[in-house]
Amino acid sequence: MYLNWVKGSLLLGFVFVLAFIVMKPIGVSTEYVVIDGIVEYKKHPDFINKDASSATGYRSSNAYLDKSEGKLAEHIIHPKYYGMVFVVSILLGGLLGRLTSKEASKATKQIPQFHSNTFGNKMLLRYALAFVGGVLMLIGARLAGGCTSGHMMSGIMQTSVSGYIFALVVFAVAVPTSILIYKVKEN
Amino acid sequence: MELDIIEAIVLGTLFGFALYKIGAGDPDKLMGMLKLQDLHLAKTILGGIGFATIILFTGVLLGLVPMEHFSIKGIYWGVIFGAIIFGLGWAISGFCPGTGMVGMGAGRIDAYVYFIGGLLGTYIFAMIYGDLTSTFLYTELFEGVGTLVQTENAEALFSATWSPFIAIIIGFCFLFIGYKLPYKLR
Repeated sequence: MYLNWVKGSLLLGFVFVLAFIVMKPIGVSTEYVVIDGIVEYKKHPDFINKDASSATGYRSSNAYLDKSEGKLAEHIIHPKYYGMVFVVSILLGGLLGRLTSKEASKATKQIPQFHSNTFGNKMLLRYALAFVGGVLMLIGARLAGGCTSGHMMSGIMQTSVSGYIFALVVFAVAVPTSILIYKVKEN
Repeated sequence: MELDIIEAIVLGTLFGFALYKIGAGDPDKLMGMLKLQDLHLAKTILGGIGFATIILFTGVLLGLVPMEHFSIKGIYWGVIFGAIIFGLGWAISGFCPGTGMVGMGAGRIDAYVYFIGGLLGTYIFAMIYGDLTSTFLYTELFEGVGTLVQTENAEALFSATWSPFIAIIIGFCFLFIGYKLPYKLR
């Protein structure tokens, strides 16, 4: 079973404050861009250049990777940095969570209940929806400058106005949309 | 190994573990929250924000928090439009960028598919970013006010030395809402 809301809140709040004090506020979606860059760099290394005039020593022909003095370009060349190791370690945490849970079947059930309630056990459709959702969410997160972790949790705990706005708009859209898409079929 | 890499491994693992234990790696729990049928996770998130705010700003009052770690994101039209696109994707998939990785670690195949989709999403964004910067999406909103309460590197609505108390009160409000929120609204 999952933790009750009080224990869960304490654990979640503790982790966010601990990471804040030790290093910086938690965020995840930036690292997706860096992973793209690492893959792309293996194929066409010419979009990142060494440049002594930039504070990081790197520049990119891509405007996004080039911003903030080529910080993302630098991360692509040197991927063993705090943020990337943090994000990869989340997988390990998920695995440990599963191994230490008696009812591990819940989070690892391959087709979610809400999906089969609406569409039946169509595995490929579930993958297609997960894929499309992933595309949209990471475009949205990068446009907004953060995701559930960076904007909603880390942002709001710092009383950041952008965090409140992000959270309100996300829920205002996601609640009616999910109710509309995943209507339970009556038969 | 360098210290910050060890810190990243410990904190990242703890974060993934915590997300799993509160049910955030489970698309059914996320969707139950969005469909207002199982608000257990919403209570936990509200409570988590509440505790985090209270602990953080108590630390600020006691001088225990490195103020340069505050990192306030800007407010521009892209935050609102990005949130709309993000909300649509959330309602479709039942994952988040972080919780998808928890699902991957827990062995969910749909989480891997979500992740590949996410990589395509950031790829598309990186390709169009240069053209977007000159549009209204990057126009600043609210005249640059970044936070409600004074922190280190952003304009604040309340900037008096006692303003961390406001943050602590806000934190208790989140806890109270989390406490009062019913487990089911539909």
